[in-house]
Amino acid sequence: MDLTYTVLIPLIPLFMFLFLGFNYKRLKEPISGYIGTAGLLVTALLSFYTSYQYFFNYGKVDGVYQKIYAYNTVWIHFTETLHIDMGVLLDPLSAVMLIVVPLISLMVHIYSIGYMHKEPGFTRFFAFLSLFTFSMLGLVLSTNLFQIYIFWEMVGVSSYLLIGYYFEKPSAILAAKKAFIVTRFADFGFLVGILIMSYYAETFDFKVLTNVEFIQTLIANKELTFVGLSVITWGLILIFIGGAGKSAMFPLHIWLPDAMEGPTPVSALIHAATMVVAGVFLVARLFPMYYFMDDGFALEIVAWVGAFTTIFAAIIAITQYDIKRVLAFSTMSQIGYMMLALGVSGYEGHEGLGFMASFFHLFTHAMFKALLFLGAGSIIHAVHSNYMQDMGGLRIYMPITNITFLLAALAISGIPPFAGFFSKDEILAAAFEHNMPVFVIGYIVAGMTAFYMFRLYFRIFWWSNPEYKHAPHEAPKFMTIPLIILAIMTVGAGFIPFSELVSADNTPFHSHIEWGLAGASIAAGVIGILLAYVFYKKENDLSQRFTVAFGRVHKWAYNKFYIDEIYFFITKTIIFKYISGSFAWFDKNVVDGSMNGIGNSTVWISTKIKGLQSGKIQDYAMFFISGVFMLIMIVWLLLN
Amino acid sequence: MERIIFYIISILMIVFAVMSVSNRNIMRSIIYLLFVLIGIAGLYFMVQFYFLGAVQLTVYAGGIIVLYVNSIMLVEKINNPLDVTKFWKRLLAGAIATTGAGLTLVAIWSHNFKEATVSKEIGINEIGKAFLSYGDKGYILPFEVISILLLAAMVGAIVIAKTNKVKESN
Amino acid sequence: MISGVSIYEILTVSTIIFFIGIYGFVTRKNLIAMLMSVELILNSAALNFVIINKYLFPEAVEGAIFSIFIIAVAAAETALALAIIINLYRLVMSLKTDELETMKF
Repeated sequence: MDLTYTVLIPLIPLFMFLFLGFNYKRLKEPISGYIGTAGLLVTALLSFYTSYQYFFNYGKVDGVYQKIYAYNTVWIHFTETLHIDMGVLLDPLSAVMLIVVPLISLMVHIYSIGYMHKEPGFTRFFAFLSLFTFSMLGLVLSTNLFQIYIFWEMVGVSSYLLIGYYFEKPSAILAAKKAFIVTRFADFGFLVGILIMSYYAETFDFKVLTNVEFIQTLIANKELTFVGLSVITWGLILIFIGGAGKSAMFPLHIWLPDAMEGPTPVSALIHAATMVVAGVFLVARLFPMYYFMDDGFALEIVAWVGAFTTIFAAIIAITQYDIKRVLAFSTMSQIGYMMLALGVSGYEGHEGLGFMASFFHLFTHAMFKALLFLGAGSIIHAVHSNYMQDMGGLRIYMPITNITFLLAALAISGIPPFAGFFSKDEILAAAFEHNMPVFVIGYIVAGMTAFYMFRLYFRIFWWSNPEYKHAPHEAPKFMTIPLIILAIMTVGAGFIPFSELVSADNTPFHSHIEWGLAGASIAAGVIGILLAYVFYKKENDLSQRFTVAFGRVHKWAYNKFYIDEIYFFITKTIIFKYISGSFAWFDKNVVDGSMNGIGNSTVWISTKIKGLQSGKIQDYAMFFISGVFMLIMIVWLLLN
Repeated sequence: MERIIFYIISILMIVFAVMSVSNRNIMRSIIYLLFVLIGIAGLYFMVQFYFLGAVQLTVYAGGIIVLYVNSIMLVEKINNPLDVTKFWKRLLAGAIATTGAGLTLVAIWSHNFKEATVSKEIGINEIGKAFLSYGDKGYILPFEVISILLLAAMVGAIVIAKTNKVKESN
Repeated sequence: MISGVSIYEILTVSTIIFFIGIYGFVTRKNLIAMLMSVELILNSAALNFVIINKYLFPEAVEGAIFSIFIIAVAAAETALALAIIINLYRLVMSLKTDELETMKF
């Protein structure tokens, strides 16, 4: 069967980007949106078809899902084993991503036609969305580490462009720069990791890198050690730094809250559903290596970074008032969950539950988090504010948004039968089996998630009615239809037998819900919801009193534990002022000084001796004659 | 006898040369120069180069000196004393000249010249034949070149010294 | 050939006159006076030609011929130089070397 057509999946959005970009001036408002959406629809249908065919037609051979190179071409050839390719890899991971990315992207496209109405740069927005979709699809379909790195940077660029979409706003520019610099800083680790891989493993190819026998030979090679660990493990840790930067893991998370400066559909697409899970995707891609090298040392790091981030972000999310920021921290928390799940996963069969759960959660999270963001966008569209203080009682004005938002909130809180329940339950089960402290953290966060989500929900849709200047109204059809579609996905996605599709060793296994654990997690969710109900159902000063009671702790959490300030301190005070300052001093005084000194002394000497060039022929004649005599004397002395 | 005359001429020449380069009156300077030139002509006569001595007298003493006198009269007031160079500079120039003279004299006196024993007078007809022959030891080409040079110099001198009419009318 | 006078003595005289000319060329502050020093230098060179011809190669005539050439060239040079000097004097109304230093730095 010929799978070359899969190349079109990323190329159609690229073409759309070029088309919209070059016709930026010519295309008027709705047309460019329709064109972009139509292009994406084709991509989405192709992707769904490919994904379906892969899972149910040719993907499985002898009960094992194969890694298939649908298309592969050598781009730069170094050695027999080491070459940079460009291609399309089909395996369960990319097949799942082929559903997630085009689906969310399509929803966001449709939604944006309504949301970006009458925005300047409408066409530009759609061009950038297409660019992002192209990059993201290229990323998930990468056949090798280097290709993934290229697209990794490209999603960074499109993210930068879209965060800075309102480029006349200084805060947006700052946020875009921050996102770019922080992720770029992390990508440096990724690049070094890739180079280590290429040098010691001598291949970029995922098929080889995830081959268990190949990994065993790497482990057997005891010479490749550095500070007690295999160099490959160091490479994996560095690659994880790249993934942590993109996935906003602590301590590289500082860009994500600020990235909310971008238009809300962008936040839904890039900073909730697709790009930020690239780090999870990357670790999952190289999962066998993470698992086997040095008995999963790097994986342990992944687990703990994920666990810390998930609770850290959840605490901050409780204290925020900007609804997009609440969702941003919620995203961080959920991605931490996925990382945590990967970290506690085993490899074979049911042991690989964490891996499956992580990807399952990625899938469901994409659905309901996109839904939440789009709902938030619809709310912001209606009340023209990001802050919950300006909201309340919106359920009367915006019924569709209300219902869909509620469904999504229930899903993220882990209430059955919504999607989040299934994936979250699998994660907790995996953690329970492998790592008890991580499980405890995950369990607490499950409760906190329910609390902050319903704090958000009640505060927006119930509470009391503030004085609206003009009555909020339900969003236009372009915006509500994606909400409804995503809500359906949110309800239904949990019933997909995910363990039959995705597993660590690509062998389907059967997972079942452990109702004891599930009951506990439901209980945590329900307690969280009830608490939020008490605090925020009706207007009261309970939350105010708690804020005062917690005083300093609340202030710390509200200020995101001053991580930004620490960064500023490190960069501005320590690096810029002291380290760079001393370099600047050295440069200014020693390097420039010596150069200027040479110049100045030349000038000084010249001014002193320029009198010799008096313009009088007689003086020249005198110099000439004395020179001749000197030469004569020298020759004479040499001859005698 | 000839030796005494030679010494007298030599000493006079050196003295007049020194006075010629150091006198502050330019007219006197020129007259001293004239004496030096005449002295050199005298030396030519003493070595039996009569034609050359005559040329020296006519061209230099008769022609060039007169040219000098005329141009000085054209441009400067005769009585204006010439400026004197700074003392240290004169000292330096004197030191250089002395060093150079010393070096050259040491070179001359340490060299063993093989003086010819025979003496032969070179007549004017010999010089004339040398100028006008073109074979070996013939100098017709340099002779013609010098003629053209003299012509060019004459034309050039006229052109250079000619007053610019346009400029004057302005 | 001057009886009783060796080539060394005559060359000594021409050398001394030559360096007196150089001294004058360097120290004189008037263009015409400088030119006069050049005449001294030229004359001592011409004298050398003649003397060497006479004392070392009495059969040859080149010394005389080159002396004549020197005299002719000196005449041409003097005529031209004086023309230039007169023209220059018309332009700047001075022949003092201190005032003619546009070649300066």
